[in-house]
Amino acid sequence: MPDPSFVFAQSVSGLTAAMFLFLIASGLSLIFGVLRVLNFAHGTFYMLGAYSAYQFVQWIGVSGGMFWVAALGAAGVIALLGGVVERLLFRHLYGKEELYQLLFTYALVLILSDAARMIWGTQQKSVSRPPELTGAFSLFGATIPHYNLFILLLGPAIALSVWFVLQRTRVGRFIRAAALDRETLGALGVNVDALYTWVFVIASFLGGLGGALISPMRATTPGMDTEIIVEAFVVVVIGGLGSFWGTFLGALIYGQVLSFGILFFPRFSIFAVFALMAGVLIVRPWGLLGRPLK
Amino acid sequence: MARLARVPWGLLVLIAAFFVPAAGSRFYTFLANDIAIWALFATSLNLLVGVTGLVSFGHAAYFGIGAYTTGLLMKKLAVPFVLAFPAAGLLAGAIALVFGFFCVRLTRIYFAMLTLAFAQIVWAICFKWNEVTGGEQGMPEIPYPSFDWISGLPLVGGWRTAEYFYFLTLVLVALCLWLLRRIVGSPFGRMLTTIRENAERAEFIGVNVRRYELAAFVLAGAFAGLAGGLFGIFNRGVFPDFAYWTKSSEVLIMTLLGGMGTFYGPAIGALVLILLNQQIVAYTEYWPFVLGTILVVLLFVFPGGLAGAAQAAARRVWRPRRA
Repeated sequence: MPDPSFVFAQSVSGLTAAMFLFLIASGLSLIFGVLRVLNFAHGTFYMLGAYSAYQFVQWIGVSGGMFWVAALGAAGVIALLGGVVERLLFRHLYGKEELYQLLFTYALVLILSDAARMIWGTQQKSVSRPPELTGAFSLFGATIPHYNLFILLLGPAIALSVWFVLQRTRVGRFIRAAALDRETLGALGVNVDALYTWVFVIASFLGGLGGALISPMRATTPGMDTEIIVEAFVVVVIGGLGSFWGTFLGALIYGQVLSFGILFFPRFSIFAVFALMAGVLIVRPWGLLGRPLK
Repeated sequence: MARLARVPWGLLVLIAAFFVPAAGSRFYTFLANDIAIWALFATSLNLLVGVTGLVSFGHAAYFGIGAYTTGLLMKKLAVPFVLAFPAAGLLAGAIALVFGFFCVRLTRIYFAMLTLAFAQIVWAICFKWNEVTGGEQGMPEIPYPSFDWISGLPLVGGWRTAEYFYFLTLVLVALCLWLLRRIVGSPFGRMLTTIRENAERAEFIGVNVRRYELAAFVLAGAFAGLAGGLFGIFNRGVFPDFAYWTKSSEVLIMTLLGGMGTFYGPAIGALVLILLNQQIVAYTEYWPFVLGTILVVLLFVFPGGLAGAAQAAARRVWRPRRA
């Protein structure tokens, strides 16, 4: 049995990874839940969030709270991009066959990630941590950087605030209603088109924010989009497509399986994650906390 | 129109393809070989997507399995091609049987997600199982089949190995396409189309829909495996990204580009996409950008693909006169 402090460190690192995955997967799940589209381009929004954060940091630096401006600015840019894409292109595909929607989002992956390559090249880009959070502290013999602690707190905070918006506000009620029955909601006088755009904007904001916040921890490289999107799929499938807390649970499970998988079966931890996804789909296709689709 | 349709186009293309090494350069032979293999891969996918109406997002898994099977057998165990090639189809088909058993129980988006999950499992195994698959580095230097016996014969001697392999690919791909065409045209194939059009009604008339879908899944997997077996040799190496999900979407794009509604559409899609790629990379390194743009135009303007657009145009020109 490995030493307990190591196990603790491992589970904290799994938890940190889970918070990032949650940020990205929650947007994916939101879009699927309301718009009924699996958005492959969501991973690319995440990558563009990381690149935009790098760009903002190049302009304004990270000190004096500027990192936070850069991160929010990057997420804002991605949210705007998401809104434009939805308005101009995506909306023409609602109600078409799934294959067309999937391939359209894949076309977006190709276009946007290549555009990122045109702008930022293929070199790795890294962003330094905000000076307020460069330190680390130690707990049960494991060293935890302050930045990771911040992420660990931010994840649940964002989960709660999105939940609050969905459950307790007027817009949230409309979004939930749109997920159930779009036509009736429209007939009741709600502007469903605008609502869809807003859902896309919020989801893109979450994806972009995930990318911006991960940029000080992992180098930003081309190809990180196709990697993360598959991971996010695993998370939403385990938790249940369209289920908000399911996505949170799925991210937690994914993070722990991956980090303990690396500990016990170093070679097959990725295998374990996909096997888990396949297992959930076979036994309970709508996921652990999801509801079966009509 | 009817007269045009009676021309055996497939046979003519095959005969013309045999003259590529004599007429063109080594480079064109290479391109034609690439196209032939991808044409088979895309046509095998179309058996699922176009004929049966099952959107698989993990078809690259079976292509990868076939490539690794033939590659491993020929490189590590020195098994001759005549055995290693069918083995690719058999193993890919067998694994498709296992995966498909679970996949056909799901519908629509969940079906697509499960095929993706299984394909990623295959990819993860290829990527990590260093002792057998060579892991991330893949398996380079897959040998060509031996052509010694043929180069001694009169008339057909005197070609390079790569050119013999091209002829071999043509024969095998033509054979596989002919088989697939027979399958699509058979009562079994008609039933698959019925399931695509209305699975519920098919069930009402007593068809075991899941069993038919599983059969289509296995056949599509097996033919993808055969394409993979050829591709590993052609590519002189087998790599884990053969089974990665982006490969699955590439072949879906080919199928869609050519047109899912017709038998030869996907093969035409493979031809057009590979030629286009070869033309465009000469001008710009941003091929994915161009491909993405083509795909968007296709989805919005020609959802029936090239074959669908051509058929619509032909109908407009030769309007059949009804008596």
